[in-house]
Amino acid sequence: MAAVNILTTQNLTKSYGGNVANNSIDFELPTGKVMALIGPNGAGKSTFVGMLCGRIEATEGQVFFDGQNISKLPAHERIALGIAYTFQITSVFSGLTLHENVALAARRYLGKDTEAVEAKVAAVLQRVGLSDRAQQIAGDLSYGHQRILEIAMGLAQDPRLFILDEPTQGLAETEVQDFIKLIRSFTDKTTILLIEHNMDVVMNAADYITVLNFGEILAAGTPQEISANAAVQAAYLGTDPDA
Amino acid sequence: MDFGPHLLLASLEGAVAAAILALTAIGLSIVFGVMRVVNVAHGEFYMIGAVIAWWVASIVGTHPALGFVAALVVAPLIVGMLAATADKFILQKIDYDPDRTIVATIGLLYIIQQITLMTFGPEARPVQPPFNTRLALPWFEFGENGFEMYWPWGLSITSYKLFVIFAAIAIMLALWMLMTRTKIGLIMRATQQDSDMAKAFGIPVNRVYSWVFGLGAGLAAAGAVLVVPMQQAHYLMGHDPLLLSFIVVIIGGLGSLPGTVIAAILIGMSDGIISVFFSPTLAKIIATLVVAMVLVFRPNGLMGRSN
Amino acid sequence: MTDSKRSIILHLSFIAVLALVFFILPDYHTGNLARIMVLAIFAMGYNFLFGYTGLLSLGHALFFATGMYGLGMTMQFFDLSSGSAFIAGLICALLVSAIIGALALRTVGVAFMIITLMFSQAGYLIILYFGEYSRGDEGFIIAREARAFMGFDLSDETNRYYAALILFSICFLVIAKLVNSPFGRTLIAIRENEERAKMLGYDVAKYKLIAVIISGVVSGAAGASYALLFGYVGATFATVQYSIFPLLWVLLGGAGTTIGPFIGVLFMFYLIDLSSVVTPAYMLIAGVVLVLLTLFAPQGLAGELRKRVFKWLP
Repeated sequence: MAAVNILTTQNLTKSYGGNVANNSIDFELPTGKVMALIGPNGAGKSTFVGMLCGRIEATEGQVFFDGQNISKLPAHERIALGIAYTFQITSVFSGLTLHENVALAARRYLGKDTEAVEAKVAAVLQRVGLSDRAQQIAGDLSYGHQRILEIAMGLAQDPRLFILDEPTQGLAETEVQDFIKLIRSFTDKTTILLIEHNMDVVMNAADYITVLNFGEILAAGTPQEISANAAVQAAYLGTDPDA
Repeated sequence: MDFGPHLLLASLEGAVAAAILALTAIGLSIVFGVMRVVNVAHGEFYMIGAVIAWWVASIVGTHPALGFVAALVVAPLIVGMLAATADKFILQKIDYDPDRTIVATIGLLYIIQQITLMTFGPEARPVQPPFNTRLALPWFEFGENGFEMYWPWGLSITSYKLFVIFAAIAIMLALWMLMTRTKIGLIMRATQQDSDMAKAFGIPVNRVYSWVFGLGAGLAAAGAVLVVPMQQAHYLMGHDPLLLSFIVVIIGGLGSLPGTVIAAILIGMSDGIISVFFSPTLAKIIATLVVAMVLVFRPNGLMGRSN
Repeated sequence: MTDSKRSIILHLSFIAVLALVFFILPDYHTGNLARIMVLAIFAMGYNFLFGYTGLLSLGHALFFATGMYGLGMTMQFFDLSSGSAFIAGLICALLVSAIIGALALRTVGVAFMIITLMFSQAGYLIILYFGEYSRGDEGFIIAREARAFMGFDLSDETNRYYAALILFSICFLVIAKLVNSPFGRTLIAIRENEERAKMLGYDVAKYKLIAVIISGVVSGAAGASYALLFGYVGATFATVQYSIFPLLWVLLGGAGTTIGPFIGVLFMFYLIDLSSVVTPAYMLIAGVVLVLLTLFAPQGLAGELRKRVFKWLP
């Protein structure tokens, strides 16, 4: 039985020395939805997702994935449970071909079944529209294509939760529109957690929004509720000229 | 000799070893601290320091003190310039990539060592100490006749060895002044903190690196000039100082100068003491394994901060 | 023709060429070539860790020496037959590399290099310390009668050459197969971008440990083969120099290529062989080559070849 919330956190806290980056965050991510995590620079968004996928060790608190307490698991075991993560700064295997990049993502759970891996790679590349570049070296791709490749690597893992850390950063306007369409098409199988600066993307792609400020949750709700929220406007939207 | 006097003798020998080691290791530590590269050829700069000292001393010739003083000035200078040149034509060209720098300095190690073998030859050659009076040391004991002082046979140190300890301290103090009180030191520290930022402020980072690399090698050479009247110059003599300096720099926390000095005293003294009482091979095995374990479980050294 | 077919043909024909040149070359060179093939096994073991996994060790002499002494000591003191002693050598190398790997892999980068260097140095000193049994730097000879395997006298030129070739071929093919397997691909991924590999769900620590062990066992096999085929065991093979050599060979031949280690050993062997006629300071050549390589050909000979001419080279 699929839980209502695929991911929840309780009292999740991270402090560096005396500085609290995340303070006692209780967070719920409904299954099958697109959740956007927004907040000003330094609000603690990256620390928060870092603790979700195990890159950063939490000082205190728990993370539950699909009902299971994963707080003590190392990063790779969390990923193996069905969490995919894309980096804020593009991080692909730049010396390998695009095909191999995606194959590495699929092979981890398909194992030695070469045919299944090949089929998966072909399907994923088809879906993101990079099939004709399969044999190119990833490092030679344009920046936009590298970002798409990152997403393809996430998709190839068939994740139940897909965490995207600022995926549209540095993309051109037309690419952003395609990107929103792509994200929306995943929700049949995948829950998405999106860290995003671009409010256009947030408003068009997200079902729910959580606003982080000074390491705490300031507000949570639908895009309409958030844009009407006075506290959010004061803390975040009001100070952001792009909003 | 009784245990007490024996221990005193061992500690004095250890102090001499520690003084030399501190100089050599600080050279390595500065290079690592500022440039973030490991110089595997450091021991060879030490070795040519000793060889040049022999060479200068045999040219000057007249009085041992004259040759020694000349060597103490000339050897670090030549070695420093040599190192700066190597930095400019090799390390700078590979952009101080950590792995490639190690490989390149391994290459440099063999080049320096083997050229020395071809020119200087495989013999060990001595340098006369400038002065070498034997100073007998007293020992105190509470015996039958109450408290008494006597002069155990064999408990002595030479005036030269005492000089080495003080000379090393003097050089380190001068270095400390250079690092904290002068503009050169400020530039070095700025480059260490953030080389990109330093570049933005108009500091010629590449030239700073060459100077630092030269300074590090020069310090090793200075240590070698001090050592060569006690231990002959030989083309393979750079091996042990390299390994010991590595150990010291690691224990002291990579790049931390005070840590390096403390670790040098610790290692130098205990090496001196242990090798008086145990077989030197066993002492080395234990020391090497202990240090390796320290590095495994405290990768930032005993005194280093974690980042 | 697909790349994998090309690759199989390349590997097999390379072995065939090595099998045939024995009849063409004069004795002096076939003797050299036997030695080169054994050292190439060492280089391949090193390459597996350095070239494919991206871990630079400065302590592989320890693994080579472990295999060598594992075979030599068991033959000398327990009268094991050459086959069982060979296995003993491999087991020793496996244990040592597992322990060193588990400890050293707690660190990364420069610390990893220095730790491997220090463990290897400790190993060398231990051999010297037990000089009564190990005969230290002087070493000991394994008696000619003992060096037989299944009735073949391995001190005989022809038998030795083909024994070296068989061992070389096994390692060569197994490693070629391994680096093309999903396991090997994952190692390459770790070399390229360790953080990414971890965030794709790979247990990077486990993969790296297995890589160290495989590399250690292959290097140990080289040490055991050397002792068996050339009948000599000595502490010289545990010195720092023998940790630097495989790095040099692999860099020269081409890190991360299957054929590079052999090419590197071949070139270096003859460079040193020729220069040692002229000067006793033959290691000068090694130094110069290392510096030139880092400056001008960081990919090595086979690597540059792959970059410029044969893109499919494995």
